[in-house]
Formats: sequence, C-alpha cells, structure tokens
Amino acid sequence: MMGDLSLPMLIASVLAASAPLIIIALGETLAEKSGVINLSLDGAVLFAAMAAFVVARETDSLLFGFFAGGCAGMLTGVIVGYFSIYLHLSQVAVGFALSLLCRDLAYFLGNPYSRVQGPTMLNSKLPFYDSLPSSLQIILTQPLTVWLALLLVAVIYYFFSFSKAGLCLRSVGENPAASFARGLNPAKIQMLAVLGGAFLVGIGGAAYSLSLKPGWGRPQGAEGIGWIGLALVIFGGWNPIRVALGAMLFAFLQVSGIGLQDLFPGIPSQVFQTAPFPLMIFTLIFMHYSTSRSRKQGYSSGRLQRIAGKLFMSRAPKGLGQSYRQE
Amino acid sequence: MDVEFQHISKNFGSVKALTDVSLTARSGTIHGLIGENGAGKSTLMKILTGYQSKSSGSILLDGVEVQLNNPGQASEFGIGMLYQEPMDFPPLTVLENFSLGTPHQSRQELHFALKTLSIRFGFDLNPDRPVELLTVGERQQIELLRLIHCSIKVLVLDEPTTGISPAQKEALFPALKQLAADGMTILLVSHKLEEVANLCSEVTVLRHGKLTHHTTAPFHFPKLLTAMFGFVPKRSDRSDTRDTGPPILIFKDIEASGERQGLHRCNLTIAEGEVIGLAGLDGAGQSTFLRLAAGLISPDQGKVILFSDPLPYGAKASIRAQELHTAFIPADRLEESLFARISLRDHFSLREEHGMFWQSRTETRKRAEEAIATFSIKGTPEDLAEDLSGGNQQRLLLSLLNRNSRLILLENPTRGLDIQSGQWIWQHLRDELSPDTTIIFSSPELDEILHYCDRIIVFHDGLIVLDSAVPETSHDAIAAVMTGIRESAP
Amino acid sequence: MKKLILDILLGSLLVFSFTYIVLLIAGAPVLDAFKHIWLGAFASSIKISQVLSVWVPLTLCSCGLLFTFRANLWNIGIEGQVTMGAIGAMAVLRTPVIDNPTLILCLAFLTSMLCGGAWGLFAGLLKTRGGVHEIFGGLGLNFVSQGFILWLIFGPWKRPGIASMSGTELLNRKLWLASLPGWRVATAGIVIAIAILILTWLFLEKSRLGLKLKAIGQNPKAALLYAISPERYYLQSILIAGSCAGIAGFIQTTGVYHRLIPSISSGYGYLALLLVMLSGYKIVLIPILAFFFASLNVGAIQLPIVLQLDSALSGVIQGCCVLCALFILGIRQRRAQP
Repeated sequence: MMGDLSLPMLIASVLAASAPLIIIALGETLAEKSGVINLSLDGAVLFAAMAAFVVARETDSLLFGFFAGGCAGMLTGVIVGYFSIYLHLSQVAVGFALSLLCRDLAYFLGNPYSRVQGPTMLNSKLPFYDSLPSSLQIILTQPLTVWLALLLVAVIYYFFSFSKAGLCLRSVGENPAASFARGLNPAKIQMLAVLGGAFLVGIGGAAYSLSLKPGWGRPQGAEGIGWIGLALVIFGGWNPIRVALGAMLFAFLQVSGIGLQDLFPGIPSQVFQTAPFPLMIFTLIFMHYSTSRSRKQGYSSGRLQRIAGKLFMSRAPKGLGQSYRQE
Repeated sequence: MDVEFQHISKNFGSVKALTDVSLTARSGTIHGLIGENGAGKSTLMKILTGYQSKSSGSILLDGVEVQLNNPGQASEFGIGMLYQEPMDFPPLTVLENFSLGTPHQSRQELHFALKTLSIRFGFDLNPDRPVELLTVGERQQIELLRLIHCSIKVLVLDEPTTGISPAQKEALFPALKQLAADGMTILLVSHKLEEVANLCSEVTVLRHGKLTHHTTAPFHFPKLLTAMFGFVPKRSDRSDTRDTGPPILIFKDIEASGERQGLHRCNLTIAEGEVIGLAGLDGAGQSTFLRLAAGLISPDQGKVILFSDPLPYGAKASIRAQELHTAFIPADRLEESLFARISLRDHFSLREEHGMFWQSRTETRKRAEEAIATFSIKGTPEDLAEDLSGGNQQRLLLSLLNRNSRLILLENPTRGLDIQSGQWIWQHLRDELSPDTTIIFSSPELDEILHYCDRIIVFHDGLIVLDSAVPETSHDAIAAVMTGIRESAP
Repeated sequence: MKKLILDILLGSLLVFSFTYIVLLIAGAPVLDAFKHIWLGAFASSIKISQVLSVWVPLTLCSCGLLFTFRANLWNIGIEGQVTMGAIGAMAVLRTPVIDNPTLILCLAFLTSMLCGGAWGLFAGLLKTRGGVHEIFGGLGLNFVSQGFILWLIFGPWKRPGIASMSGTELLNRKLWLASLPGWRVATAGIVIAIAILILTWLFLEKSRLGLKLKAIGQNPKAALLYAISPERYYLQSILIAGSCAGIAGFIQTTGVYHRLIPSISSGYGYLALLLVMLSGYKIVLIPILAFFFASLNVGAIQLPIVLQLDSALSGVIQGCCVLCALFILGIRQRRAQP
C-alpha cells in the first residue's frame, strides 16, 4: 500500500478525504460568523448522511440524495436557530442535546439500510482528461464533491469579503445591537445564516454516505467529524480559506495514518484510525496557544512569531453565543 | 421635519427613566438637550429612533403620529442617530462601517461618497483601516458621515464631540449649522454647555427623567446649571471635616485604559481618614480610578501603592487589596457585586474569611439577622439577592463590608436610591464606621459630593482637572470644569 | 407546583408523540416497541440488576458533573475521564506484586480516582492557563484517551496470541467486585454510588465549597470581590468531576466487564451530561432520572433481536426528553418576560 502511495496519489486522496469536511466546516463558519454556535454538528452530519443514503437508494438518484441530506441538515438548523435565537436558550446546551439525539435518530432510522448497496458518486473524468500529464490525471480525477467543496471555499470567501449580504451577516455576529441600530433585523439574519450553514452541513454529511464512505452502518465512519469541524472553525479563525486548509491537514493525517499502518505492523490499525482526532485537536490548541501568547506580548517578539501571529491570528465574532433582545 | 414628543414615559422594570416628557424640535433648528448622567436624555433619543420602546406617549412627525418600533422604521422616516457609545463594528474597515445601513451602492460609489464627505467636514479617514484602530472620535465621524450620506431629515447627536480635536470641532460646527439651515432638524444631546450655547437655538433640560427647564437663546449659564444639577446646598448642612493621618493610597504616574478615555498622568496621594468625592461626567475616569485602587484592573504604566505596599499586576491584585482591608462596592450591584440567585444568609457565608469547610447555618443566619436588624434591610435571611429593592441591596452590601475595612471604595453609592435610603447610607458611612476609615466615592450628583466629602477630585476626559478641599471651591466652579469649561465659572 | 406538574405532563406528551412519530417512520409496531423496552428492563431480577449496573456509572458521572455545571463549566471531557479511570484501575490490577485482592482493589479504586481527576485537571488547566474552551480541551482529551486505550488493548495489554476489539484478558475472579447471588450487579458499586450521591449532596448543599462554586457559576466577576478566585475553583470542580468519573471507570472494569474494552465508558459520560441538564441541576432528581435512563438503555438492548430495531431508540428518547425540557423552559421564560 505504502509503495503505491506516490505524491500524486497522496494529494488525490487528501483532496477526496477533505471535501466533505470542508463543506461541513464552511457551513459552521457561516453560522458562527453570524454569532450562533451550532454545536449539533456531529449528530447533524450523521443524520444527514443517513437521510441522504436512504433517499438516494429509494429514488435511485444521487441528486435527490444530496438534496435530502441538505434538508435533514437544515432541520437541525431550524431547531438550533429557534431555540437559541427566539427562545434565548443556551446554544451549547441545545446543540449538545441535539447532537446526541440526531446521532441516535440516524442509527435508529437508518438501521434497515445498514450494509446495503446504494448509489455511489463515482469519480468524474474531466473533459480535457487525456491531454493532461499522468500525475495530474491522478490528482484531478475526483468525485464532484471535491469540486463543490473547492468552489464553496471561493464562494464563501467572496461572500464574506465582498458582498453586501455577507457584510450584514458579519456585522450581526460582531455587534447585533449596532446592526439593529442600523435598521437590520439581527434575529432574521442569524436564522438565515444558521439555516444556510446547516444546509451545507447536511450536504457535507451526504458527501460521506454517498461518496467518501459510501453506504450506511453503525458506525458509519463519519463519527467525530462534526467535532473536528467545530474545532476547525474556531481555531481556523473563522476564515474560510484557513478552515479549508485545516480540513486538508486533517485529511492528510488520516491518509498518512493508513499509509503508516503498513510501515508499523506492530501497532494496531485502530490506533491509526483514532490518532488523527487527538492530533488534530492538539495541533489546533497548540497553534491557538502559541499565537495567543504572542498576541499578549504584542508584536515585539521575533520575526517568525510575527509571521505566525499574522497567519494564525484569529478572533471570534464578538457577539458569538449571544442572541439579541431589544431593550 | 418637525419632531414632537408628547407625554413620553419609559420604565425599566420599576425604575422610571422618563416621566411625561413633552418637547418639540422644529425643522431647520438645532435643539439642545442637556442634563446630568442618567437624566434620561439618551433614552428619550433612543425612543425616537426606535432602538428602545416607550412605555407610553406618542411621537409626531410634521404633526402626524407615527409608530417607530425599530431603527429600520425610523430610518424610513429619515431619522438617524449618532449614539454616544459608538454603535459600530470594530473589526470591520472604515468603508464597511460606512456602508452598513446605507442603501445598496457599489464599492466605488461608496468610496467616492466617503471621500467627498470627509473633505467637506475636514475629516481624515482611511477607508481600509479597521475601525478598532481608530479613536472614539474618528469612529463617531464615520457614523456622522454615514448618516448624512443617507440624506436623513432628523439627526440626533448624542455627545458628538467626545474625542474630537478643536480643529475638527471648528469644521464640524459650521457644517452642522449649514445642515440645519438646509432644513434638517438636529437634536443635540450634550453636557458641554459652551457647545450647546454655540450651536443651539433652543435648549431643554432634563433631570431625573423629568423636564425641568426650557429656554431659547441667549442662555443664562447659572440657570442652566441649576436646572441640571439641582440647587446648591447650604454650607451649614455640611458634615464636619475629619482629621487625617498618614498616606495610605498613592497613585504614581498612572496610565490606564478603561471606560471611554482611560486615565492619564495620574499622580495622587490620599491620607488615612479622608472622605473623597470623585466628580466627573460619565466615563471621565472615576470608575477606572476606583477599579485601579481595588486591584480589579492593572495600570498600563505606573504603580498603585496601597498601605505602602505596591499592588501586584494581574488577577492577584484584587485579592491582595482585600487582604489589605480594602473594600469596593461597584455601582451595578446585581451585575458586579451580588449573586442574584443566592440568599442573603449565603452572602454572609461567602464573606467569611477564615470559615470552616462546612457552612455554619446557625451562625451565618444569626449574622444575617443581626445585619437585617442593624441595617434595616427589608427581607429575611432566606430571600434571594435579586428579590431585594435597590436600596436594600445597597444596605446588604454595606452590611457585608468587613468591620475592619480601612479603605472603602464606592462607585455611585446612592445610585437608584430614594432620598431616605441615600441619607441612611451616608449616615452609616460617616458615623458608624471608625473615623480613620478612608472613604473614596464617585457620584454624578454634585450635591452629594459637596455635602459629604472633605476633598473633591474632578475628572474630565481621563484627566484630573481639579483636586481641592471642598471649602476652597464652589458648586459652580466644579460644574464648570466637569462640563469642560476651562476658565473660571461665568 | 401545579405548573410544574403541568409542565411534566406536557413534556411527557411531547416526548411520547415524537417517539411515536419516529417509530411510525421506521415502520415499527409502536406499542410492541414500548412493551419490549419495559420487558427488557424489568422482566426479571437479572434485567433489573443490569439496569442497576448502568445506574451506577450514570449516577457517578452525574454527581461529578453537578460540580462542574455549578461552576458553569461544560465538562464534556467526562468520557475520557471515565476511560482514564478504567485504565488506571487496570494498571494496578495487572501489577503482580501484591497478593491481597482487597488491597489491590482499594489501590485500584484510588488510582482510578487519581487518573480521572488528573485528566479532568488537564482540561481545566488548558482552560485557565491556555485559554482553550473546556469543550474543546475536553474533546481533544477524549480522543486521546480513546487512542490510548486502543493502543493498550492492541499493544502492551493484548490477550496472549490474539488482539481484538473484545478487549484484554478477563481479570482473575478474585479481583471481581462481588455481587449477591442471583444478582448481576456489583454490590460495592451500588454502595459507592449511594455514598458518592450523599457526599455530593453534602458538599454541594452543606459545604462552603458548594456555595463558592454556585457563586462563581452565577457571577465570576462578583466572586473576585469576595476574595474567591474563579480559576482556583474551576480547577477544583473539574478535579472532583474527573475523580467521580474515574470511579465510574473503576466499577466498569472491576464490576461489569472484568477487563478493559475499547468502549469501556459506553457513552455514559455524554449520557450523564444530558441527564444532569434534564434534572435542572438538582441532585434529588439525579438517582430517579438515572434509573429512568438506565432502564431505557437496558430495555433497548433486546430491540434488535425481537423487533429488528436499532437499540439507539433509547438515545432518541433521552435526547428528546432534554430538548423538550429545554423547549418548555424557553417558552416559560418567554412568557415571564413582558
């Protein structure tokens, strides 16, 4: 296995493995930029993956499957949004309970579809495939979800940085009172952001059960991904590009785990499967810690740290976790 | 557009912020609204913009009653407000802040509009700079330009000149006069009398949520000051001056951030047994001063020396200050000094310094009952702190003070209290505590300061502008330096 | 009081209707499903003792979480704390030096507390020193402990010959926590759980520690004015929570599985988080709700066999209970405000 893991292969598998996570993390970024933490991510991903697989199998249509996944994600968004924005309940409490509920609901409802065959998204060949050098052929032969994920990174980046609607959304996340004072409706904007984000999370979940880890089962293979997505958003500084890079790093850890497994037959494969999760979280925590220290000391410290500070500088939207109430 | 307020009242729970206020601002004029902190000026203006809801009364625009439920609706009528605390988005750039809330336009158009308006008002704003790097004054400039860009008809300015340089003021004032001459209605909320006199043709004074005075130009300053701050107390009412001992609190070259202006170039020595009043407008530096002394914030530069012991930096400072028998009672009782859903008795248990591991119910209950009796708190030991009225919360806080406290810092100790409660509190502070206890308090009420303290320190824009023994100064002189009038009072 | 009963009725109705709809969607016989959960939990003394053996770790974890919730901390790392407790216990149990089983078990008990507590403290330090939110520190540590236990089971502690997901070798019988004849629950476990419940009640309601945690949870800013350092008490509360979770790990190892398995915590930590939220952070409700949750868990075990349904139904009901409780709370708060 390690033998044929050449560089193009490695890049290709990292891209493929990161695509669903990118979509999920971007969805969460959208919600958090508006000030709402959707902590139900882990359950929502599984629930959407289940819904997508079941619908795709019943209708024999991948398109319907992805759509169903998105809708299932959005359903969780409705609950998180309504509970936290309109009922002003703790976003963490609602999200956590919903996360466990959705996970179990997915296992329960998906049970009859465990380990059955269903439609799978195949790698699509690019139109100019034959004219490419072979290494590029390997890298660029990917399922559509990869292109979707990369496109979304650009779209969301553009949305936040250059569009009026993105500006309004960010303003609500920074200071809901001030955006209210300027005639915006913070609750409505937050709700839309949560729903849109949750739809993306659903699409990401569908990308697991229809493409990356096709099929349904207990465990499905997407367990824990939601938590990684949440951590990526926070430690990626709410920046779509950095969030996507973080997702790729995680995919790299996963892929290289599979490769290393053959090099060290003494260590059980389960360790390699679990290792990327703690590694990822601690990489993120370490980055956060080192930059927060350099932030505290100002920028007087070394040049490297200055660069690192700029790269990893992150600050949460000021209004994150609060919902706005008119006085 | 004429703006007419009719019988506006606003209650926050049981607190009356505004009572039956009626006033009219005519099209093409600048109408001044003055009063001390908490007089209700800002609340009245926020009701006009729909940012806050009113409890009763109505608002008429050009004689027609309108419903203004949120700022979106108000801006459709052409009402815009420059808020006192900048209502903006610090991490976003100047241009982004400028464009939020304006009708949709391309980036180039907005860029151009911002540039033209900046030139017209003599402001220097870099469109791509994040707003958090700007001064409060510059942030208000952006907001002002945005409002003008939205071609509003009614402009509310809440303290627009905080942090603006004199040169910019010279550009701003003619521009405002020009806007009014073009038919805009301008409502100017301020406590800087000279500015009001300079700009406004009519002035309304609010005090404790009620309209106390209305006049047209020319203005008679002493009359306005009386309407703002109440009557000057007679000297004979004053408490006796105490004897003072060795220095116990020294501020050495303090530079600190906090509130609006922070605190700058602060050097001060306070002696044992002094009763000191800190005067100044809201956010001028008094609260920063008190929190520095209590160890709750650390200075950026300089040292705070408490009982000849320099306070450490960071989180340990507050606990060290308490070990040195310093007590602090902040103005916001439920937010900062009491636990809303914990009973009175348990507050006493928390206060015990060398308590056992277990709570001693009977003992703390006895202490709570004693305190309820001696401090005449209306409540039982089992009542939750949030169920007490403001006055009783303040009495509870006083009863929680350590008996051997040697320095007591109070932030606006009679805030929200009725007259009897306020007098009771002061009687306790001055008479019940041992006379070598030092008391430092801030208050927006000049009467209170003049009445109870021996020495007064006046803050303006983060600087100490007056430090004097009370008999050597006067009500008018203090009111004048508080409101930024440099020369001696008129 | 009337309002409370009304709320409980309304909540049960909501939970029941939701479960009903879920079962309908799954095409399952609704009443049969409920009947089998009931039978699965209470049909025989063996079943009831199984329920109790789930009740023990749930109660232990919930007791620990009451401390952290009181200080307004989200100790999501409790799963890892259970796992580390189990690992700590196992490490002692595998030491061949000591002969006396009682002594070994006592040592294992203490080590499990220590390991769980240390794991909790680690998450706490990440928060107070590193500024990492306890949810993420805790999650990271959960993943770490999961990797660690897998490595042990497949590596140094593997069964001679074969390493598998089914865990390490069974413990020597002498090291099993004893149970009464005919019962399948360790008596010591129940005693410990009840003791911890009482201790928790004493600490939270009668000690100044409990009061201080409450004060910090409500208003950390004000606590500073009472010379109470929030950081210090954050660490204390999470240390206690970790120790309780560690004990749960000890009982899972010595009283339930009698070996180390990868999923030794069985998700009880997360479940306890739900449970404590549902109880409204009131200790009197903990044993009752823990019994309810435990019977759901045990009752659902046989669903796959008799009705070909996934046992996750119990989790659906539990999660739904919490969401409905939150919903009712939200509606009531909304009504109370003008």
